[in-house]
Amino acid sequence: MTSRIVILGGGTGGTLTANRLRRLYGADEAAITVVDQDDRHVYQPGLLFVPFGLAHTDDIVRPRARQLHEGIEFIESAIDHVDIEAGEVRLGNGVTLGYDVLVVATGARLVPEETEGLLGPAWMDSVFTFYTPEGAAALGAALATFDRGRLVVNVVDMPIKCPVAPLEFCFLADWYFTERGIRDRVQITYATPLDGAFTKPIAAAQLGGMLNARGIEIVTEFNTGEVVPGGRLTGYDGREVQFDLAVVIPLHGGATYVGRSPGLGDELDFVPTDEHTLQSKAASNIFVIGDAANVPASKAGSVTHFEGETLVDNVRRFLTGEPLEAGFDGHANCFIETGFHKALLIDFNYDTEPVPGHYPSPVGLPLLKESRLNHLGKLLFQSVYWHGLLPGRDLPGLGSNMPTAGKHLPVPEKD
Amino acid sequence: MPNATVAGITVDRNDEGFFTDPNQWTEAMAPELARSEGIDELTDDHWRVLKFMRSEYAQKGTGPTVRVLGKTSGVSIKELYQLFPKGPAKTAAKIAGIPKPRGCI
Repeated sequence: MTSRIVILGGGTGGTLTANRLRRLYGADEAAITVVDQDDRHVYQPGLLFVPFGLAHTDDIVRPRARQLHEGIEFIESAIDHVDIEAGEVRLGNGVTLGYDVLVVATGARLVPEETEGLLGPAWMDSVFTFYTPEGAAALGAALATFDRGRLVVNVVDMPIKCPVAPLEFCFLADWYFTERGIRDRVQITYATPLDGAFTKPIAAAQLGGMLNARGIEIVTEFNTGEVVPGGRLTGYDGREVQFDLAVVIPLHGGATYVGRSPGLGDELDFVPTDEHTLQSKAASNIFVIGDAANVPASKAGSVTHFEGETLVDNVRRFLTGEPLEAGFDGHANCFIETGFHKALLIDFNYDTEPVPGHYPSPVGLPLLKESRLNHLGKLLFQSVYWHGLLPGRDLPGLGSNMPTAGKHLPVPEKD
Repeated sequence: MPNATVAGITVDRNDEGFFTDPNQWTEAMAPELARSEGIDELTDDHWRVLKFMRSEYAQKGTGPTVRVLGKTSGVSIKELYQLFPKGPAKTAAKIAGIPKPRGCI
């Protein structure tokens, strides 16, 4: 019998899942359909480089359908809702798709409208985001003519995609204004809702020190309440941060159809998901990959890639009636661009925070330490993304589970 | 792990002052915990939030973030900051005797 597998979302998670499943199943075993509202697949890590003129939006966008292997149906349509009881997806174009297994891969959505004043007159004038191709390009134009004043980088609240990207933006801004010879005329401030530069203590101390060394001010536990015309962020606690140019990472939520699908999502429209099996809590035949899930891992492409193996294996197990495997360990791996042709690498999972050492083994890329090799790794990754990761290949030497061999792990505290 | 005595009872808390075992908490401890967070008197509105924090923790295994509190508790984020000026999610979690809200990674 042919199983009907419907994948909602044709981004990183949806594409690599579809391609892995297509390799696993013959055409008579499974019909695989991918739905997305548009045909623009954005290489999101590239957005960081656009404002500094280091990449162009045309270079980082490709058609979604072309990333899918032969024998995968692609439907370009909005999604109205999922009817969990009926096992159906109702599309915006009126079509209803029945499924035996549903994979939710619709990622996270920016919700700037939830922050008072953010979409006011200053939006795309002195207040920008680089989290969309249009925003990144417009910010590039604004940066090019910015020659003195206060640049503020602000994360409104967590969760956000790629939690290190705003820090990378700060480091690159420091490099960019240094190269232009005007670093002394630009003040850079990083305003974050976290109590440090990062969520995990060892990396937070290292990255906080790096901000400090570059003369970048950090304002912690700042919860943005309002963007006030005239160049001010006001916090809910009454604190204010003045800016001439603000780079804001807006609030994130899940896709809107999740909210219209009874029983599927949480209050932010992310889908409650078992963090190890990647099966949704909503129904046994719904699985979730990538940013759409509420699992306590970073919303990042590397996490999505590492989830792929477990997810596809568990879809297979579900269809044959085998027990699922709790295989995903929360593995994340992020290059952090630090400017001046260097980058730092962090590698961690649910249980182990980023620590120094080398990845993936004692001979490898340095962890939590700036190096040129990591910068080259970051640049090379774009090609790996299109040609290795999206096709759903296991990347040689890089297993899904977090390696410990090269890590300098702290001695565990005794309770 | 540091111990603390609250309302005459020894409880386990982490370095930041969050309870590690919510079962050790009783309502009688809340006023003393609130005072150490700079809140002199717990009003009905405070209690509404504290009870909400406890029930969310019981259901989901983590306390809500301030954004989720604002969406689901019936108290707006502005009001939450008036009630708990040092940060609603963390302060209310401490007073309600639950671990630090996991927030995000």
